[in-house]
Amino acid sequence: MDQVAYISMKNIVKTFGKVVASNHVNFSVHKGEIHALLGENGAGKSTLMNMLSGIYLPDGGSIFIEGKEVHFSAPKDSIAAGIGMVHQHFKLIDVMTAEENVILGKKGLFFRKGESRKIDALAKQFELDVDLHKKVSDMSVGEKQNLEILKVLYQGARILILDEPTAVLTPQETRKLFAIMRKMKAEGCAVIFISHKMNEVMEITDKITVLRKGETIQTLNTAETTPKQLTDLMVGRAVDLTIERLEQPAGPELVQVQGLTVLKREGTPALQNVSFAMRGGEILSVAGIAGSGQKELCEALAGLQKVKEGKILFQGEDLVGQSPKEIRRRGISMSFVPEDRLGMGLVGGMDMVHNLLLKQYQDQKGFFLNKKPAVEKAAEIKEKLEIATPGISKYPVKNLSGGNIQKILLGRELDSDPEVLITAYPVRGLDINTCHKIYDLLNEEKKKGVAVLFIAEDLDVLLALSDRILVLANGEVTGIVDARTATKEQIGLMMMGQKATELEGTAVVENC
Amino acid sequence: MDWWISFFSAAVVAGTPLLFATLGGIFNERAGHMNLGVEGMMIMGAVVGFSVALATSNAVAAMLTAAIAGALGALIYAVLTVTLRANQVVTGLTLTIFGTGFANFLGQSIVGQSTPAAIKAFFSNISIPVLSQIPVLGPVFFQKDIFIYFGYVLVILSGLYLYKTQIGLNLRAIGENPSAADAASVPVTLYKYVHLLWGGALCGLGGAYLSLVYVQSWQTSITAGMGWIAVALVIFSTWNPYKVFLSAYLFGGLSILGFRLQSAGIHISQHLLDMAPYLVTILVLVVLSMDERKSAGPKSLGIPYFREER
Ligand SMILES: Nc1ncnc2c1ncn2[C@@H]1O[C@H](COP(=O)(O)OP(=O)(O)OP(=O)(O)O)[C@@H](O)[C@H]1O
Ligand SMILES: [Mg+2]
Repeated sequence: MDQVAYISMKNIVKTFGKVVASNHVNFSVHKGEIHALLGENGAGKSTLMNMLSGIYLPDGGSIFIEGKEVHFSAPKDSIAAGIGMVHQHFKLIDVMTAEENVILGKKGLFFRKGESRKIDALAKQFELDVDLHKKVSDMSVGEKQNLEILKVLYQGARILILDEPTAVLTPQETRKLFAIMRKMKAEGCAVIFISHKMNEVMEITDKITVLRKGETIQTLNTAETTPKQLTDLMVGRAVDLTIERLEQPAGPELVQVQGLTVLKREGTPALQNVSFAMRGGEILSVAGIAGSGQKELCEALAGLQKVKEGKILFQGEDLVGQSPKEIRRRGISMSFVPEDRLGMGLVGGMDMVHNLLLKQYQDQKGFFLNKKPAVEKAAEIKEKLEIATPGISKYPVKNLSGGNIQKILLGRELDSDPEVLITAYPVRGLDINTCHKIYDLLNEEKKKGVAVLFIAEDLDVLLALSDRILVLANGEVTGIVDARTATKEQIGLMMMGQKATELEGTAVVENC
Repeated sequence: MDWWISFFSAAVVAGTPLLFATLGGIFNERAGHMNLGVEGMMIMGAVVGFSVALATSNAVAAMLTAAIAGALGALIYAVLTVTLRANQVVTGLTLTIFGTGFANFLGQSIVGQSTPAAIKAFFSNISIPVLSQIPVLGPVFFQKDIFIYFGYVLVILSGLYLYKTQIGLNLRAIGENPSAADAASVPVTLYKYVHLLWGGALCGLGGAYLSLVYVQSWQTSITAGMGWIAVALVIFSTWNPYKVFLSAYLFGGLSILGFRLQSAGIHISQHLLDMAPYLVTILVLVVLSMDERKSAGPKSLGIPYFREER
């Protein structure tokens, strides 16, 4: 292309203390282009984009818009230049309505009349589903995402930056988002898209820039590359991307769930008459549209959720009504990676060692804390999961990149030598190399004879990794099928509420 | 009946310093800053306002300088907590100690003096036509001095400002999530400075009402802990300016209850009655904190903001 790039960033340097987040990065995007930014967790993708949106001030290098050098000292400069960013962690005011969030930051003393109509028209134009009078705290992640996009469009963005927008979206929501991105492209805007999901990147983008450890590695045309090549570039060496199912005879039934019914806060059922069994040395996956009762199922098993009816038998003993601590003591461990990742499980201001201690201290005797085992564990987890951190102690975890924070959360749960491991969305937001590490870890647990309950979104992974798949639809089990013979289509139909027994050619493993 | 009317009428007067200080506190906390220096800023306003009144006999100049004194106290706080990101609680406490010392020092030479006649005349009661004739409400609310009327206007304007203007919306957003506001191009630091200073000015006015109108002479420790009650009233009003009417006058009433009961011939220990406002404050805080949503307040209250920090 001989035309001047819409945006180009040249020789950008950014350091945080000792951490070099961007090391002479070069990056440029043209009009009408969807450009992916790829890289492992902590590669510096968010940092680079935050400099483009005026949140971080670069230590060195220059930014050009249509060939003219610009200096952003605050987000308002960047917005004025037509750049709009949807951040990895949403920047919305929970207690305000959608409309208030959209008009936030405008100049002038009074609300202008007719603004609602303008916002509504814009939402219609881009087919964004946003109820302007709804409070953000009552919205689903998908709605919040839409609102964030509407907000930046309203600010007049011509360059849209989406930082891992699809990490927590359902496939349907992702399709809608892609439609919006294509529309923007058609209107001559530029879209920068960050995602760890290779298939999405391959589908939607025109160009891809790969970052590794704060450096630009290469910019490629999407049509001329493969996921394998991209991953190798990201990691810096050849990586194996096949997911293997560990074939071994299943062990004894460790957990039996019988007729489990759980109510939501409003009193409507979140789970209805759910029955299944978990065997040692087996991975049982749970598939279902987001919000079909996965969260409640996990929490009920971990003793965090009030059970209305039913039993959870662990080695013959009913766990319903036991305290979470008691359940944990018996060897049932749960890790749940929530949609809002920092919200649960870790203390942002503490370092890695102390975050591990939070859970370990319960097993310690005596009055004073013994830090040594936690220090060793932290070093081990850092090594095993390749956590990019300048130090396991004295470095607050909130400073780490999103993906690395999550690895700590997960490492801590896997470490407790459980007999039953419940893990929900463990790979949310992780780069693909780490995803495979997690799959290997699950297989390792399975090999040890642990009963693994694995809740995830990606059907390809579920089919490749697990032994059996339980499908939830609206809080009911629509079937438990053999992962070796089931197909994506069958599971898709079951997720929509079709019973497995009504589907032709489905190998039903267990009736419920 | 007459006893009640005179009691309520006096409650409005006694509640006026609280009304100003609580409004000031609301602006501070809406900007995300927990300012425990209210007591200090009040007493600074009280002593400066009174000194200027003595020197010039000009009520408007006295009010204006009182507001400026409060704002200057707030400026110290703002530089420390906004720009240098010092701990807000410690800084606020220090401001109270500073303000008290400042007032004692400045007030040494004027102890016991009373306000000039011109000031007294300026703050004498004015009956508002028609409104003052309404039974009960008339004498309670509309036969008052100009400072009190100013308070009514301020409460209503503050409510409109906070809930009906773009600036108010931006301000509320800063208290909730400064990084979101910043990303939406709200100038966070400017907003914080302006509203901290404005809050300080209101606290200074609250103090000035005490020295200029309520007591009409200078005494050391004239604020007597009112600033602390105002800090609690911010929560009691759930950060809503309109509710300051209710909270300020209610607590104004409580603060004069003992005196009134005694003059009505009911004898309860003065010490017990002095405790009443504080006891009620504690009770109210307990009740409020039962409803998590109501007592939550601005989410980023007390947390310093730095753009590049996660
Ligand atoms: N505000 C900050 N303070 C300290 N360190 C930071 C800050 N922001 C980023 N970093 C560091 O910079 C590096 C790059 O982080 P960044 O968030 O850009 O990674 P990323 O590529 O977006 O990763 P992920 O895919 O996990 O989101 C990390 O090592 C992180 O710890
Ligand atoms: Mg990131």
